[in-house]
Amino acid sequence: MRNLMTPWLFAILMMFSALAQADLTIDITRGNEQATPIAVVPFAGGEGLSEDLAQIVADDLERSGYFTPLARSAMFTQPSSRDQVTYGDWKALNTRYLAVGQVNQNGNNITIRYELLNIGGESLMLEETVNASPTALRAAAHRISDRIFEEITGIRGAFSTRIAYVTSSGLGDNTRYGLYIADADGRNSQEILSSDEPVMSPAWSPDGKKLAYVSFETQRPAIYVQDLASGRRAKLTSFEGLNSAPAWSPDGRKLAMALSKDGQPDIYLMDIGSGNLQRLTDGGSIETEPSWSPDGRSLIYTSDRSGGPQVYRQMLGDSSAERLTYTGGYNARGQFSPDGEQLFLIHRGNRGYKVARQDLSSGRLVELGDSRFAESPSVAPNGTMVIFATQRNGKGVLGAVSADGRASFFLPAAQGDVRDPAWSPFLN
Amino acid sequence: MRLKPYVRSLTIALSLVAIAGCSSTGGTQGGTSSGAGGAGAGGTGTSTSGYGSGQAGSTGVSSGAGQMADSRIPDVRTIYFAFDSDTIRPEFQSVLEAHARYLRANPGTQVILQGHTDKRGTREYNLALGERRANSVKRYLDVQGVSPSQLEVVSYGEERPAVRGNTEEDFARNRRVVFAY
Repeated sequence: MRNLMTPWLFAILMMFSALAQADLTIDITRGNEQATPIAVVPFAGGEGLSEDLAQIVADDLERSGYFTPLARSAMFTQPSSRDQVTYGDWKALNTRYLAVGQVNQNGNNITIRYELLNIGGESLMLEETVNASPTALRAAAHRISDRIFEEITGIRGAFSTRIAYVTSSGLGDNTRYGLYIADADGRNSQEILSSDEPVMSPAWSPDGKKLAYVSFETQRPAIYVQDLASGRRAKLTSFEGLNSAPAWSPDGRKLAMALSKDGQPDIYLMDIGSGNLQRLTDGGSIETEPSWSPDGRSLIYTSDRSGGPQVYRQMLGDSSAERLTYTGGYNARGQFSPDGEQLFLIHRGNRGYKVARQDLSSGRLVELGDSRFAESPSVAPNGTMVIFATQRNGKGVLGAVSADGRASFFLPAAQGDVRDPAWSPFLN
Repeated sequence: MRLKPYVRSLTIALSLVAIAGCSSTGGTQGGTSSGAGGAGAGGTGTSTSGYGSGQAGSTGVSSGAGQMADSRIPDVRTIYFAFDSDTIRPEFQSVLEAHARYLRANPGTQVILQGHTDKRGTREYNLALGERRANSVKRYLDVQGVSPSQLEVVSYGEERPAVRGNTEEDFARNRRVVFAY
């Protein structure tokens, strides 16, 4: 069948099926019982828009685990500006914060004016006007979520970020693999690559403009770097053996990776500009899954030099490494929190493979979420959430858990399996 | 023990010969997106490369080469491993010996040893474990007198499972090395 299609026709068909089916949905499984009550009232004048802006904001805030949005059916009134607000009504509902707004549409220019109120203090915290085109309404809503989140928590919001992930459908030789990027809420997905051979380990450049990934499309693994705006890409490495686990340095100039060209997999640094390779580890054991410290002065990686996989830290310029993980026999794919004080990793506990957080100063490890097959943890750029891959109802899905473990949700695809998520850096 | 670049090219050429009779072909599309935040923009697909996929096909060497025992690729082309192990199990030694005989008798034939793991654990570490399994098979064949130039290791880790499912039996069927001629 495929032989009858021209490559262009095939590409176009793939594009349409991708647009229809690749979005991820959100399924909140555990809200945070200690989350702060907030009400986001439907924005007046927004009824005719293609997106329900206030609902997007409420969903963003709920997903963060920090907030519990009030159900619309529980609202006594639906004010659109602070002069319409009766504080006592909202105090009676135990609401701590209230967001109200109104939308004006003038041709293709949509103006959203919103206010954030502190109910207890009966005070205005934030008022702002946002302009958006009809096709960028979701992005505008995510920006409003970012502002509200930061105003209340003091933490920069990460709702305007994106995630990269890999999909697969079929089995064995008939498996089809796709690399996608989507908004952090799983919507607005775009295909980056599709292939009959495995694609894995997407990694965002620090400026958010490129993805490095591993593709087996030549029937051997190779590391590619693809520019997201142009689609242009370059093959960086295709050495004999593993070409695996690319990780950008914080300055974007180097890529750490695992190569087995010299025997067992070791960690190498490639200078992207010159292509020069520097070998960082040299042993008879497996070293893989490199990840940079936020200051760019050290790397962590997984090594089985002690018998099973554990996470080690090596300062650049040193040849020796310090073992960081001692809890249990399997700790792998570590990643620093943005402040460099915590480690997120995959830990095998009594009930399977879990996302875990380890405090670097105390060494204490805490399991997050209740998944049995967690892998590929990737922390949000503001450090509040970790996205990971797991299994649910026999399908590969993405899961996310708050850094404190209190809130979690899943992002399943409409069909097929999803895995290998990578959370983008801040993009604005 | 390293494979030289020309051997790799030869392996690719031979595997292309091997799948010439198969109908399975595919392509890879590189997509483009509009800039960040550009909602509703679709990717434009461009075919960046064409290649065949397929394994366990018969090579030109074997077809029509008569009925001698060592002139046919052994039928059993997959061996299985215990959890977290790269040890060749005794029941699969005869399988490896049959492949060793075939490869010694056909020194112009290359085989790719594809290493696989079950889905448990992290993907990148599993890629390394799959390579370790395939290397274990490679060393065994090496001891049996097979020329290293006939052998290449490619690990797929957990990326190409043979079966779905989360039972111990499913996991066992995915922990394997496949002889891909």
